[in-house]
Amino acid sequence: MGGVRLTLGPLLFNWAADKRRDFYFRIADEAPVDTVCLGEVVCSKRASVMEPDLPEIVERLEAAGKEVVHSTLALVLSGAEMEQIRGLAQEPGFLVEANDVSTAALLRGRPHVIGPYVNVYNEGTLAYLARQGAARVCLPVELSASAIGVLAGAGLAEIEVMAFGRAPLAISARCYHARAHGLHKDGCQYVCDRDPDGMAVESLTGQEFLAVNGLQTLSHSYVNLAGEVASLLKMGVRGLRLSPHDLDMVAVAGVFRALAEGTLEAGAAFERLGTLADDAPFSNGFLHGVEGLRLVEGHLE
Amino acid sequence: MNATPSSKAMELVCPAGTPAALRAAVDAGADAVYLGFRDATNARNFPGLNFSREDLKEGLAYAHGKGTKVFVAINTFPAAGEPGPWHGAVDDAAMLGADAVILADIGLIDYAARKHPDLRRHLSVQASASSIEAIAFYVREFGIRRAVLPRVLTVAEIAAINAAAPVETEVFAFGGLCVMAEGRCSLSSYVTGQSPNICGVCSPASHVRYEEDGDTMVSRLGGITINTFDRDEPAGYPTLCKGRFVANGETGYLFEEPTSLNTLQILPDLMKAGVTALKIEGRQRGRAYVAQVVSEFRKAVDAAARGQTVAAAVGLDAVTEGGRQTAGAYRKSWH
Repeated sequence: MGGVRLTLGPLLFNWAADKRRDFYFRIADEAPVDTVCLGEVVCSKRASVMEPDLPEIVERLEAAGKEVVHSTLALVLSGAEMEQIRGLAQEPGFLVEANDVSTAALLRGRPHVIGPYVNVYNEGTLAYLARQGAARVCLPVELSASAIGVLAGAGLAEIEVMAFGRAPLAISARCYHARAHGLHKDGCQYVCDRDPDGMAVESLTGQEFLAVNGLQTLSHSYVNLAGEVASLLKMGVRGLRLSPHDLDMVAVAGVFRALAEGTLEAGAAFERLGTLADDAPFSNGFLHGVEGLRLVEGHLE
Repeated sequence: MNATPSSKAMELVCPAGTPAALRAAVDAGADAVYLGFRDATNARNFPGLNFSREDLKEGLAYAHGKGTKVFVAINTFPAAGEPGPWHGAVDDAAMLGADAVILADIGLIDYAARKHPDLRRHLSVQASASSIEAIAFYVREFGIRRAVLPRVLTVAEIAAINAAAPVETEVFAFGGLCVMAEGRCSLSSYVTGQSPNICGVCSPASHVRYEEDGDTMVSRLGGITINTFDRDEPAGYPTLCKGRFVANGETGYLFEEPTSLNTLQILPDLMKAGVTALKIEGRQRGRAYVAQVVSEFRKAVDAAARGQTVAAAVGLDAVTEGGRQTAGAYRKSWH
């Protein structure tokens, strides 16, 4: 497999507990991924919903031979949120993913993962974080192939790139799901649970271009780097991250596994992913150094 | 030296997009001005703005002659494999005698701390340090002396940070309002390919189009419609997060109305919360704007320091976006 790590990123959406449990059990049993990230990244109000099932899900994934990464909040605001993360960081044997600088600081001196919400744009920052114990870094979604090439070639940490799913574009202290429903964050009624892949945002001329997920704003298009997997691996990228959506993620993982092993052509992979994602628009513009929403055909240099 | 009526007056840090704006801010009573070099090393990399090395030398002489400090913002994220322009900007700011550099990238702060340990380092808002732990990390590791706080915090949260973090804090007091956590937003690059973090621009004018469609004016950014206006309505600038969109079947300003941050009414609260400095946004603004906003805030800050009520400054309505103002995240109701 040439050392390729397939990682299922943290679930970004507010799914019901039973749906979530079933999802992860099936991932454990069937998905050809090496690593699974668990934990709430977007909104600390949701975290308590996840917790009761967490030990059982971890056990099932580990029993299936998967590495479990505990992912953390992208925007840490309150002391209570910080305490929750501190608890996780002190848990012996846990591999934790920092999505904020404050969390990376807590993890100093022990091996950890840096998630795509920490700004790692260059080798100076990568070198610093690696010295602190970052063994693996999932790069920010807006980085182009030329930047990824430099960082993957630096040999400082294992470099991972998000290869499938809606791109996280922004995080705010304000909840746009609540706001769109005429509610305040404190009395949000958890309306984000109505949109398992995010709430569609359209322009006034009917262009669907964003998706709201509570405090987070995502792209409407699904990042799809199926056509660039070979180039990414050649430049030294060691991991591909697939972001969970309400579709057959086991099959999506299968497509990327086959691509990484060279047993599936990019064209066929694209076609299969199109069917799996119900013909959602795909994009790879960030990687090609242009507008993120674009789908660029043709090879990376 | 600008006379301050009390040692407790908050420092007024003012925008200088051009040498003319720098002089206007200094003359209007700024305690400090902040500016950037004319390239992608700063987060207001707009055509016609910013300072050459020679401009900075002259600006420093003018400002220092009147007791005003000069901070140099080098607050984008260096491109992988090409740190030269960013390292050079830090080196030149140090050599020319800037009072501080404002930095966001960990690697660049690390560089500045090692190469120029005596150069004062401020943490840019673009670093999005929203917690005590994040700020303490930058203090401990890189000796930052001041943190510019993200515009996502309430006054109570700011007070908690000031009580615990061993560092000066600076907060935004007036002007444009980012509703997303700063330095962590790729909305602009998703639609235009131009990123605040990489290129120092957000919703750039080069990608803006206004098109008439019958009686309607359509404003676009990249190919995306950001707003539409009736013929007699003033068409605002299509900043992506201030657009009108449709979500959940409703049309409206999903993220934020076109509005300006204005903290005049809560200056005493910010002072009580232990804030060291107030930042006026607007390096893209002209000198008349800068002169007006700075002089109103000078009066207000001094009044607050004397314990007087801050009378609403009458001159600011005309310069706020859409004539509308908000205290933003400082009030919990905004969230």
